[in-house]
Amino acid sequence: MKLKKRIPVIDQGDRLGFWGGKFGGNFVPETLKKPIEDLELQFNKLKSDKNFIKERDNHFKNWVGAPTRFIKLDNLTKHVGGAQIWSKVVSDANGGAHKIYNATVHCLLAKRSGKKVIIGDTGAGYAGKMLSMAAKKFGLKCKIFMGAKDIKRQQPNVKAMKKNGADVIPVYSGSQTLVDAVSECMRYWVANCDTTAMCVGSTVGPAIFVRICGWSTSQISRELKVQLINEFGEIPKKLKLYNCVGGGSSSFGFWNEFMDYNKKQVEFIGVEAGGPSKSKRHAAPLTYGSKIGILHGAAQYVNQNSDGQIEETESISAGLDYPGISPLHCFLKDVKRARYTAASDEEALKAYQIVTKYENLRPSLEPSHAFSVAIKEAKKFSKDTVVIINSCGDAYKDRGILEKKLGKKYVKSN
Amino acid sequence: MLNPISLAFKKAKDAKRPALLTYTVAGDSSKKQSLEILKAISNYADILEVGVPHNTPVADGGQIQTSSYRAIKNGIKMNDIFKIVSDFKKIKNSKPVIFMGYYNMIFQYGENNFLKKCKKSGVNGLIVVDLPWPENKIFSKKCKKNSINFIQLLSPTTSNKRLKSITKDAHDMIYYISMLSTTGGKLKVSPKKILANYNKIKKISPKKNCVIGFGITEKTISNFKNTDGLVVGSQICKEITRSLNNRQNPVINVSKMVSKLKKKIS
Repeated sequence: MKLKKRIPVIDQGDRLGFWGGKFGGNFVPETLKKPIEDLELQFNKLKSDKNFIKERDNHFKNWVGAPTRFIKLDNLTKHVGGAQIWSKVVSDANGGAHKIYNATVHCLLAKRSGKKVIIGDTGAGYAGKMLSMAAKKFGLKCKIFMGAKDIKRQQPNVKAMKKNGADVIPVYSGSQTLVDAVSECMRYWVANCDTTAMCVGSTVGPAIFVRICGWSTSQISRELKVQLINEFGEIPKKLKLYNCVGGGSSSFGFWNEFMDYNKKQVEFIGVEAGGPSKSKRHAAPLTYGSKIGILHGAAQYVNQNSDGQIEETESISAGLDYPGISPLHCFLKDVKRARYTAASDEEALKAYQIVTKYENLRPSLEPSHAFSVAIKEAKKFSKDTVVIINSCGDAYKDRGILEKKLGKKYVKSN
Repeated sequence: MLNPISLAFKKAKDAKRPALLTYTVAGDSSKKQSLEILKAISNYADILEVGVPHNTPVADGGQIQTSSYRAIKNGIKMNDIFKIVSDFKKIKNSKPVIFMGYYNMIFQYGENNFLKKCKKSGVNGLIVVDLPWPENKIFSKKCKKNSINFIQLLSPTTSNKRLKSITKDAHDMIYYISMLSTTGGKLKVSPKKILANYNKIKKISPKKNCVIGFGITEKTISNFKNTDGLVVGSQICKEITRSLNNRQNPVINVSKMVSKLKKKIS
């Protein structure tokens, strides 16, 4: 298994859509073969079409708001002592998280193929919120599938989706979280694929969805590369990119443009959700050595029992609460390009407290996982090391949880 | 000598009716009861599809999901499912049994181990919902080597080109999904249209037994009398749920239902 240089990772899969010969693929019902093939043909053509790229860039710039800020966290750097700590504030993007990139691209594709309805899954509610925003902008009807448990814990995003005119469909099966929402969304697509486009909310699902999402979120690292050169005149000699990993869309997008650099120069650190420290359950299949299995159409490391039933996960962060992980990350782990570790619920909460104490930045619970590991490791690094954390979501959606866990003073009124 | 699945089709054909295939979930609502249900309905059904429950099914509708979750909640394991089949086969050795499920269960068991165990317990065929063609090429060859029928699925979205390639690689039986739907959907396409597609398949592949599934119920089944076989699944699962809710015996109720289904196509 080898990572090739000068070929985008999303295009390194084989004929059947497997990265490294074993991650990804298309484990789908026969009915979905045709719509998936149609989407593949469309995407393969458009991803190098100058007009399409121009259209995408135009929407990213004028609607999503590119570039998002790249800022030094001076106070946090002083407090931690060690590496310089920076953040790419992707939560600046319209809607408050990176999910807007994938949602925009899927709506552009749906529009071009003449579909009138777009459906999507959501965990934290960001993917759903962004899809509802993009659908509204591009004149598509929108249905969002969301676990009933997530609907309860991510109310601000649910309200936003409804405001944008989307139908939010609660999913009551299984653990009533993201994993069940994705299953239900795929089932709906099986029954309606002739009229409806599907957007998978992360770099998961059948291979084409992994590729489209990775292609879309790579906007993050494209921006960052320019910003780094503006700031340092070059790509720093010691650069460390920290990102939380649930499905893996923001981290993949945060790293993609730096893939060909030596990992001694640009290191990737993915932080999974370790769950409550007292619980055996987690959402960290890479860190805790889960076996390869099939989930939602793709082979990946996934939490499962010996029979192959997918196991329930547990995490304070709905956006990371997924038993599987993108095939792209399985691949990056096995070729040793990226390093993966986990932070517990408690560690993420503590990191959130530290960051908000020292900086005017409110990372949601997902990036708080990445902050936790970055803060711990930055202490040990030299001053010329540049640590960057992708703050890929805003804590506004988490205010209910934060208030309950930390008290009112951590929640701002907006 | 014909394999048990082809023989079942031949017998039905001789009786001038389609073969009746039933689908029930292994372990629904308990290991013992699902075995009792199999025994009872095998008096009427020609081929028994045994659902291997999975907790992230991407193609099952509500009724089958309910049955699957119930079975998993009651602790059903892969080895129990093999045991149910072998216990059943001890009594009805000639009745063909087909497993229907998702690939991860096979993958975790190990393809070779799984097939060995299928052979040993008397499983005659496999339907793997999320292992389409051409991804299933290698595995379907392995099945053939072990004298297990790998059943290819076709759907209304299958292109003519695919249809030809798939039927060429198919074993003795093909499964046509009647419409764009998860299992148990209401028949949203006219029987005429379904039969037109069915006839298209038969024209390309006249020798292979083609069954129609999805949306087949007591109400719709008699529209499809001139076919090789028909699968009823969700309605049976629904009947099990209804019986349990009403504190009635699912074994009796389901067996009554299957007997009625049989009459409608005889």
